[in-house]
Parts: sequence; structure tokens; C-alpha cells
Amino acid sequence: MPSLDDLKKRIKSVKSTQKITKAMKMVAAAKLRKAQENAEQGRPYSQKMQNIILNLTKSINDKENAPKLLVGTGNDKTYLCVVLTADRGLCGGFNSNICKLAKNNFKKILDDGKNLKIITVGSKGLDQIKREYGKYVIKKFTFKDKKQISFQEAEEVGGEIINLFSNNEFDKCILFYNNFKNVITQIPQAQQIIPADNKSIATDQKNLSSYEFEPDEDEILEDLLPKNISTQIFKAFLENAASEQGSRMTAMDNATRNAGDLVDKLTINYNRSRQASITKELIEIISGAESL
Amino acid sequence: MSENFVVEIISPDRSILKENTLEVTIPSYEGEMGIMKDHIPLITFLRPGIIKVIGENEKKFFVEDGIVEFSNNTLLILTSTAKDLSSINKNSLNVIINEAEKKIANNEISDKERYLLSYKVETLKKVI
Repeated sequence: MPSLDDLKKRIKSVKSTQKITKAMKMVAAAKLRKAQENAEQGRPYSQKMQNIILNLTKSINDKENAPKLLVGTGNDKTYLCVVLTADRGLCGGFNSNICKLAKNNFKKILDDGKNLKIITVGSKGLDQIKREYGKYVIKKFTFKDKKQISFQEAEEVGGEIINLFSNNEFDKCILFYNNFKNVITQIPQAQQIIPADNKSIATDQKNLSSYEFEPDEDEILEDLLPKNISTQIFKAFLENAASEQGSRMTAMDNATRNAGDLVDKLTINYNRSRQASITKELIEIISGAESL
Repeated sequence: MSENFVVEIISPDRSILKENTLEVTIPSYEGEMGIMKDHIPLITFLRPGIIKVIGENEKKFFVEDGIVEFSNNTLLILTSTAKDLSSINKNSLNVIINEAEKKIANNEISDKERYLLSYKVETLKKVI
């Protein structure tokens, strides 16, 4: 049985933890609104970009000479996995969910006898991945000191990927990030960016309008595809940022509630032992008085 | 029948403009281009220049690059560099011009880059 003093200390410490988690929840909620706005405003750009590429792809007849970024190298040997995570912890299962999905994929790739290369963005993902797959990590990015991630950072990562691709360092590139659905639900996603995913391209065949191109299709595609990579990465960044805040908010909300429950329980305990000790003292006094 | 069509300017982080308009001129890669309603479907690039949206009140945007798609009477301009001319700072323009001119003076850049940069300087000088 812990003494009264111990219980008192415990209650105090839980209460102060609760204050911290509550504050973090508030901060996350404020940041979430902004991040969510950003993510929603960023969606049209990447969507429209995809659409344009889709239209372009349809009008390309000469599939063999099409840019490699679109159709792939023809090989299927080396996979480049880009894992996007946060730089901060205390956000529930956010980082672990991405890493779990990524690790499952890593395992599959290695089991199939393919080569694996990993680029990590964000320090938390790196921490989780390097234990098992440290030797495959070829490059790490962190934007810890940046307050808000802008298109420039996405271009930095995108540039690196394209560089590697033009050096024939890999055949396929997969992006791992959390898709922001709503505050409670974030879905970890694996998106293939090189070669461009054909599944999404095959969707609306009806809209086959013939376009006028200026300059011609190939030239446009060559310029557009690298841009699209950065755009997709930027989209992933935005979705991730919103997911991180959402995830943190729910996690901190839960933590606050748990702390509240704990305080209640401890307080009951405390009161009980206080009463017990009072009763004990009373009995002692009464029995002392009786014996006189 | 209305002679208007929809123009949308979108940057990676937000939608800059969406409105009905009569005519838009864009600095396409191979020259200025005026677009009105029922233009044929088109995909093209932008070089540095001014996008003019001619409607009830004229709006001008400076862009460095971007992609344009026109289909179903919707003009879509995707650019990461659009700046509204009415809110642009003249001093910062001077800095940009100086930088671009320095780059042009450098012999190592490709012809394509030089072409783009010269347009950038030209349009910005006109703005000032």
C-alpha cells in the first residue's frame, strides 16, 4: 500500500502530464487546420497534373520511344522506396503505420530476389527502418529546421530521384506516405511514381479529346514528367503534414483522457487511504480512552 | 449565349484564380497566344511572361514557367511561380532581373536556358 504522500505525488505528476498532453493537443489542432487547408488546396494541382499526363499518354503512339520515366526501363530488378515520415514523435501510430507498410513491402521485394534501395525523408522513419534495413538506405533527408515544407523541398527530393533514375540506379520507385482522409483516419499508402502508374491511367477512356500540342508531345512529356515527380512528392508531403497533426491530435486527446481517468482512480485511492488512516487513528484514540 | 469561359490558375499550394472571362493571353513556349471560348483542346508550356486575363476587370500575372491545358472551355494553368502584378514589389523585381542578367552573362548555360532567361528579363523590364 503506497503511503498518502506517494499517492499525492503521483496525482500531481499525472496532472502535470495531462497539462502537457492537453497543450500539445491544442497546438496540434491549430496546426491541423492549416495543414488540412494546405493539403486540400494542394490537391487540385497534382490531380490536374495527373490528368494532363493521362491525356498526353493516350496520344502517344510510339510507345517504345516514349520517355523512360513514363513507361519504365523495361526491367524489374531494382526498387527504390521513398519513405516519408515526420520529424517528431508523439503522434500515435502515424510513423509506425508508414514504416509497417514500408517494411512489408521491403520484405516482399527482397523475398522476390530484387534489389532494394531506400530513401528516407524525416528522421522518425529512419530510426525505425535502420534497425532492420539500415544497409539499404542510400540517402536521408530531414527538414527538421524548416517550419513549413514548401515546393522547394519537394523539388530537392524529386531532383535526387530523377538523378538516380537517369543514372540507371533503379527501375521502379514507390512512395510511402499517409493519406489524410479525416482527423481520425489516415491511410498509409504506397504509390508507384516511376514508371507512372498505369492503373490510374486506364480509368476514364471516354474523355478522349484530341489535343493540339505545342511543342510536340514528346517534348512536353519530357519536361512534364520530372515536374510531376516533384508534384507527387509535394502532394505526399502535404498529406503527410496534415495526417501527422491529425494523428497527434487524436493521440494527445486520448492521452489527456487517459490521464484524467488515472487521476480519478488515484484520487479515489488517495481518499480511501486517507479515510482508513483517520478511522485507524480514531480507533486508537477510542481504545486508548477506554483503557483508562 | 455567353462568350465567357472558365480560367483557373493553380499553384502547388493553392488555387490562385478561378473565374469566368472573355479572353486570356498566355506567354506560351513558342509565342504569345490569345485564347477565347471554343478554342480547340490544347496542351502547351509557358515561358517567362505575363498572363493577361481580360474580363470585367483585367488581371495580370507574371509567370516563369507552367503548363497550360485547354479543354471543354476550361483553361487550366498549372504554375509554381505565378505572381499577381498588382501586388508585386518593384524592388524585388530588380533583384530578380539582376540575377537573371548575371546568368545570361555566364557562357556555360544552354541556348534553351538563355532563351528563357532573356524573356524573363524582357518582360520584367517592361513591367517596371
